[in-house]
Amino acid sequence: MKVLTLNFLTCAVKACKSSSASFPLHPKDCELVSDTIEANPALIYNVLPRVDWAALITTASEVNPLPLSSVSPSPSSHLPFPPPNQIQVPHKRMETDKTNKESREQLGFPTLPAQPPTKEELEADEKMMGELHTLLLETQISEGMLRCGNCGHEYRVKEGIANFLLPNHLV
Amino acid sequence: MLPTPSTSHVEFERVYEPAEDSYLLLDTLSSESEKAFLQHRFNNASVQSSPSPLVVEIGTGSGVVLSFIDAHAEIIFGRSDVFTAGVDVNIHACKATIQTVRVAEKEQAMESKSHGFYLGNMVGDLATALRVGEVDVLVFNPPYVPTPDLPTVLPKETRDSFEADSHLLSLSYAGGEDGMEVTNRLLDSLPQILGEKGCAYILLCAQNKPEIVKDHIRKWGDGWTAETVGNSGKKGGWEKLQIVRIWRISPGSAIQ
Repeated sequence: MKVLTLNFLTCAVKACKSSSASFPLHPKDCELVSDTIEANPALIYNVLPRVDWAALITTASEVNPLPLSSVSPSPSSHLPFPPPNQIQVPHKRMETDKTNKESREQLGFPTLPAQPPTKEELEADEKMMGELHTLLLETQISEGMLRCGNCGHEYRVKEGIANFLLPNHLV
Repeated sequence: MLPTPSTSHVEFERVYEPAEDSYLLLDTLSSESEKAFLQHRFNNASVQSSPSPLVVEIGTGSGVVLSFIDAHAEIIFGRSDVFTAGVDVNIHACKATIQTVRVAEKEQAMESKSHGFYLGNMVGDLATALRVGEVDVLVFNPPYVPTPDLPTVLPKETRDSFEADSHLLSLSYAGGEDGMEVTNRLLDSLPQILGEKGCAYILLCAQNKPEIVKDHIRKWGDGWTAETVGNSGKKGGWEKLQIVRIWRISPGSAIQ
């Protein structure tokens, strides 16, 4: 599943729906895979207006290879990390034309600005365009867990497929 | 007619095989009237920038419907920047769908044609894991056959693989009372799941009492309405099928 999918999902537990802590789900011990996708600026421009940017920042920070302890907590508490323009994460672009399996230590995520870039800004900033391309279109979660910040339930991701079926006691 | 995606790789012992109902969805979604409706709604040139629509299919089975929408996004929506995602209660159906989409996208690419952007498939119970207000187009070919009982959603714990497979297949067709028990649960969640411009295409058979279902939806208020936008023809037999489109008429707009 593409990392971007997390922007459209929440915890499946009914009681969590009303809690803002149930979104986004938090990736845990995730193994990432990068697909090579042809540049598609229209897709980036047109998905940005519908992306929950704060949630995307959270997701990008949580799937990145930096140990979370090296990131100080944010005063606004909603975002589990400081103003994003202060985080420098090594960034590695996948160049091969086959799907690559990379351990989480090898994939890095870009620094996202605090606000979503406008189309004009993206047109002028090839680097950011490339980074968003990698994050939004190329990166998949292949293995790991997705944890709800409200109830703590963890959903398993296996072979790129997240399982949202709840055990009977949570239905 | 647009080509139907290949599903020759799918194990039909435990994943629903594309049938008349699946093909009716393909025909309806690619009909002139539905293309016009979807393009008016999601590719309106009078709006300067319109965000990429998100299409979610519940119960993807072999993936024939979702891969069709993904492969032919540009023809159906008038734009190829369309996001697609699938949910199925059956893990094997999810795996099958991933493969079916991959094959269909590859075929499009080989002919230098565009396709949508597939996010992936999730195992889930209907729309329970979807965030509120995100889905633009929801497609559902439900378990619509009336049955005395409903199978449990969780996989059957059994060593007998035939029994396990039969249980998974039963989830694809067994609909309980009037064949509507699962569909009703999905319908109840629609006003939350669909975005402001969101619409749903749901397949019903004659025994589901489609006229009553549509009347019920029209009573939701808030502009919600439902119409039959495709059917399998006026022939006898209990499995006469139709596709019902459910959408919200926004206040002040004409018809759509």
